[in-house]
Amino acid sequence: MTLRSPLGRARGLGSARLGAQAWWLQRITAVALVPLTLWLTVSVARLTGASHSDFTIWVAAPWNAVLMLVAIATTFYHLKVGVDVVIEDYVHTPWIRISLLVATWFAAVLVGATSAFAVLKIAL
Amino acid sequence: MDRSNRPLSPHLQVYRFQWNMTMSMLHRFTGVALAIGTLLLAWWLIAAAAGPEAYAVVQGFAFSMFGRLVLLGFTFALFYHLCNGVRHLLWDIGLGFEPSVAAAWGWIAFAASIVMTVLAWLLGYALRGGL
Repeated sequence: MTLRSPLGRARGLGSARLGAQAWWLQRITAVALVPLTLWLTVSVARLTGASHSDFTIWVAAPWNAVLMLVAIATTFYHLKVGVDVVIEDYVHTPWIRISLLVATWFAAVLVGATSAFAVLKIAL
Repeated sequence: MDRSNRPLSPHLQVYRFQWNMTMSMLHRFTGVALAIGTLLLAWWLIAAAAGPEAYAVVQGFAFSMFGRLVLLGFTFALFYHLCNGVRHLLWDIGLGFEPSVAAAWGWIAFAASIVMTVLAWLLGYALRGGL
């Protein structure tokens, strides 16, 4: 005997029409990452063996700094959504799964924010 | 409700082996590897912000044999995930579902990721002026 309504029990357990959001954002970030990744890999290849001053001058150039910040935000969001799917597929114990999902959020935000701060510190 | 014996995804052993499946697994594998590899990019940026000494440590790692091996794998994983990701995006808009087309694009994506990896490293070595 439960006092909860069927709707109350179902909430949060299945489709609340929120699933499409993660799927859609994964695709938007994927599309954005195509040019960003090509730009970043060519840039990194060109910076092979660059001295510290060469590298910081490159990061501090306005377009490079802006694109780096955009690339960091996009990469860490895409990474988080992607790793979530893997965790949801393979980790079946609820408390471990939720702990890992939260932990990857914290890690992605922390490392992403630190990377963005590093770009700003060099550029400003 | 007994939840203990329900089939849980992904249960790959029930499928006949096919290349699309391998490419899909490699997509996921490279995705996870890239997620970890992103820490190297973060380390590089943070070290550059910290100063020349910290930056030199990153350079030392990047040019060691182990570092080069890691970066080579990183480059391939990145280009593979990029090329195969484009393939997934094309599927998402409804293109290329015919088995022969899906397989052909798979080989193209795989070949393109190897070519792009080689080109990126040639560019890096050429600009550095040797090994």
